[in-house]
Amino acid sequence: MGYTLQFGAIWASFDKLMSGLAIGLGLAIAAVAIGTCFGLLAAFASVGLSRIGRMIVTCYVMVIRNLPLLVLVLLVYFALPQAGIRLDKYESFIGALALYSGAYLTEVFRAGLTAVPKGVVEAARAIGLTRIQTNVFVTAPIMLRNALPSLGNTFIGMFKDSSIAAAIAIPELTFQARKINVDTFRVVETWIVASGLYIAACFAIASLLRRLERRFPKF
Amino acid sequence: MQTFLDQVWIARWPLWDGFLLTIEIAISAIVLGTVVGCICGIQLLFGPAISRLLFRLYVDVMRGTPVLVLILAAFYIPSVVGISLNATQAGILALSLFAGAHIGELLRGALQAIPPGQAEAARSIGLTFPQTLTYVLLPQALRSALPPWINTGVELIKGSSLLSIIGVGELLLKTQEVIGRTFMTIEFYIFAGLLYLAANISLDQLGKMIERRVQGR
Repeated sequence: MGYTLQFGAIWASFDKLMSGLAIGLGLAIAAVAIGTCFGLLAAFASVGLSRIGRMIVTCYVMVIRNLPLLVLVLLVYFALPQAGIRLDKYESFIGALALYSGAYLTEVFRAGLTAVPKGVVEAARAIGLTRIQTNVFVTAPIMLRNALPSLGNTFIGMFKDSSIAAAIAIPELTFQARKINVDTFRVVETWIVASGLYIAACFAIASLLRRLERRFPKF
Repeated sequence: MQTFLDQVWIARWPLWDGFLLTIEIAISAIVLGTVVGCICGIQLLFGPAISRLLFRLYVDVMRGTPVLVLILAAFYIPSVVGISLNATQAGILALSLFAGAHIGELLRGALQAIPPGQAEAARSIGLTFPQTLTYVLLPQALRSALPPWINTGVELIKGSSLLSIIGVGELLLKTQEVIGRTFMTIEFYIFAGLLYLAANISLDQLGKMIERRVQGR
């Protein structure tokens, strides 16, 4: 024992931690933005008419949800070059996280879709909107509003998972914390500060999302 | 393909050991996490104010921090405060704390979802609080908490892959070692992925089977 807390060394490299936090947020935003496209496509396909489409979506969701993210990241970063696809570490991590979040978002959007009242869709059809118009102007907005809370949770989850980028040497928060840990040996302080930053960021995102939810009243 | 199968055959024992260690880690973490989670869930609802506050803090900290940060913290911190844990023990500690918080929160939710009439009825026929908990509330709560509990198990198997970063020789690290020797990157990562998939899907199916048994009664 006899360990005394000294935060001085951590504050000295606090800017590195903050830049790491920004990188983590950037990775999560990019990945969830792409993942949202995947998720929307897959969700519409999973309630669509094509049987093959539904089967592909089921397989995609099942495989990704049961695969560790780290395996996916390593596969994209280290294995794809063997197949002739070269991505830098940021691209490959965003790609892997987008694929990963896409599977979770598929579930989120599918739940949102099934919660759209049938009467609304029938009403849209009755006033003469085409199928595509109904989907774009009626179903999609209601579905997005329904899915907003889970979408927010998925985003927070993906932000936390951006820590795995440290495994392929992307200098985000966990990577920087580990470096400071090894450089200064202020072990306890480093991890207190790093996890404090993650928690603060998660709470900030959560309260921001709650304000967004209040802006758009539930249908 | 033939050479890949040969390489798998050559590496079968390391890969098998890694797979077993992955399963062992996940089982230890779910057992310890369930113990912590049961205490945590009951304390969150029925504990005195001070322990409610402490457990709420514990749950929020664990749920707000990435698993990888928990693992690294559990790996580095014990040694400087004079506790010696090896990498595997540190990893199990981190995963158990993580699982404990999640299970605590989902048990709290399940307990809260039981209509208050149940507890009132139990009190009115003269059961003490521990009796109410063991004979009335927990059996119902555990039943409805089963699906998310299985889900936590899947998360733990997935999370155990992160222990490769602190040098625990589980499936992913063994795979990386084999890749370092054979340079068959795609093949072996996909192979490891399939093993994880098989473990998780069978756990999922097991969960569904138990669920059907429990709900059938």
